[in-house]
Amino acid sequence: MSIDFEKLKKIACDVRIDIIKETYHAGSGHPGGSLSAADILTVLYFHEMNIDPNDPKMEGRDKFVLSKGHATPVLYATLAHRGFFSNEELITFRKLGSMLQGHPDMKKVPGVEMSTGSLGQGFSSSVGMAMANKLNQSPARIYALLGDGELQEGIIWEAAMASAHYKLDNLTAIIDWNGLQIDGKNDEVMTVTPIDEKFKSFGFHVINIDGHNMKEIVNALMEARETKGKPTAIIAKTSKGKGVCFMEDNAGWHGKAPNDEEAKSAVTELGGEW
Amino acid sequence: MSEKMATRQAYGEVLLELGENDKNIVVLDADLSKSTMTTHFAEKYPDRFFNMGISEQNLFGVAAGLAHSGKTVFASTFAMFAAGRGFEIIRNSIGYTKANVKICATHAGVTVGEDGGSHQAIEDIALMRIIPGMTVISPSDGMSARMLIREAASLTGPVYVRLGRSAVPGIHEENSDVQIGKGICVIDGSDYTVIATGVMVNEAMIAAKALAGEGISLRVIDIHTIKPIDKEIIIKAANETKGIVTAEEHTIFGGLGSAVSEVVVKNCPVKMAFVGIQDTFGESGKPAELLVKYGLTADDIAKAVRSL
Repeated sequence: MSIDFEKLKKIACDVRIDIIKETYHAGSGHPGGSLSAADILTVLYFHEMNIDPNDPKMEGRDKFVLSKGHATPVLYATLAHRGFFSNEELITFRKLGSMLQGHPDMKKVPGVEMSTGSLGQGFSSSVGMAMANKLNQSPARIYALLGDGELQEGIIWEAAMASAHYKLDNLTAIIDWNGLQIDGKNDEVMTVTPIDEKFKSFGFHVINIDGHNMKEIVNALMEARETKGKPTAIIAKTSKGKGVCFMEDNAGWHGKAPNDEEAKSAVTELGGEW
Repeated sequence: MSEKMATRQAYGEVLLELGENDKNIVVLDADLSKSTMTTHFAEKYPDRFFNMGISEQNLFGVAAGLAHSGKTVFASTFAMFAAGRGFEIIRNSIGYTKANVKICATHAGVTVGEDGGSHQAIEDIALMRIIPGMTVISPSDGMSARMLIREAASLTGPVYVRLGRSAVPGIHEENSDVQIGKGICVIDGSDYTVIATGVMVNEAMIAAKALAGEGISLRVIDIHTIKPIDKEIIIKAANETKGIVTAEEHTIFGGLGSAVSEVVVKNCPVKMAFVGIQDTFGESGKPAELLVKYGLTADDIAKAVRSL
């Protein structure tokens, strides 16, 4: 099967435009870490995962858990583009009465598999989901997206230990390694490197990739699927704010919404209409 | 009267029965299976038992993931490490998502004994009852523990079950009417009421006998479900007797006493007194010695009744 990488790139670009629009309309939210993960979510939802937007609870489906739950803009934009709900919902993000809560709520949003936001917990729940699939002898796979700052949570390493102990080769952790967190660089706040060696020593198969290279993302996910007897960690090197020049690699855009001028400039740069 | 046994022992036994009837049940523990009694399930159903190691945060996160994959999950460790260390995971991954997880926490209260204050969970009822939608159960004996856990397994949603380390006298019979959310009047009386939970039910029954000798007729209610609390039985007691004493092996802040007060103050103000642990931590000692030191005996209940 040939993969239309140009199409994937176009979708990721549209997702990025929606990330800007969501946070602009909400007046708050987390654009930086959403933009960094747009290519990864695009590949997962438009290439990798066995899912059906018309049947979000389909038996035997693959599941994605946004363990870095604050990156809701990228999750909601991707789900909307994939057809889980209407794009028009996106401007209700973070508003009273909206299903699009500041952090993902599985009880409200079709396609959201786990309520997350309190860091580390989504990965832990993913381990439980992968264990359930093993118990049920289901071939379905579990994907969890972790932030690099999130690796500072102790529960991540408890969950990592359990993943290897129970040989969860149906579980793939993807680390969005953009190097920044709220208070600044990971290396200045609390060093998380070497990430690959940590996961390796915890019993994972580890793949290092460029998290903005569609082909590398596709291949890494394929390699994870073919890896037996152990879970896989894909360390995806990314740029926070990717695609918007004034947001790129700037911790200041972790949890701040763009104003009129900034939103217009960002959307225009991404080739969208304002 | 049913046999004397620890409520954790009853838990271990009922899990076997539940495991046989429902293949969807899975059990998790955090390296305490021989103490929480999940070891029996582990031996009989090894495929459905997962030891998560000494990782209580992950214990509850994994429990949520299994529950949202359709499993009925029993997750066990000591009350301190469940309600205490696990609190925020239970709140966000289990409570907020209404996950079908039964948290069966053993070694609650000061009757843990010799392990001392670090291991004596005296705030778990308070911590669990403030989580929206969480059912909180605190059985008084082995028989009722068995019946309540059986019912908890059939409910969908999160349940916290508080279990003890030490053997306690039997209070209920096989045919007793024990239902989640319904208090049980174990001794009827007309002057005052003691609403007790867990090990304090038996102490309240002893107090009732002592007070009868003084011409005081004491009603004793076993309120095994702290949430949702049985408002009806509390309001009835407030209307029919002159005052209420609550008795719990738990801090007086936020637990049973608070739950009963919330009902009484709103519906039927009546004098109340609180038997429980004051603003202090526990310490090492024999369970019986600790009950005396921390004011958790039949004598303390009788004193509280006389003070009304």
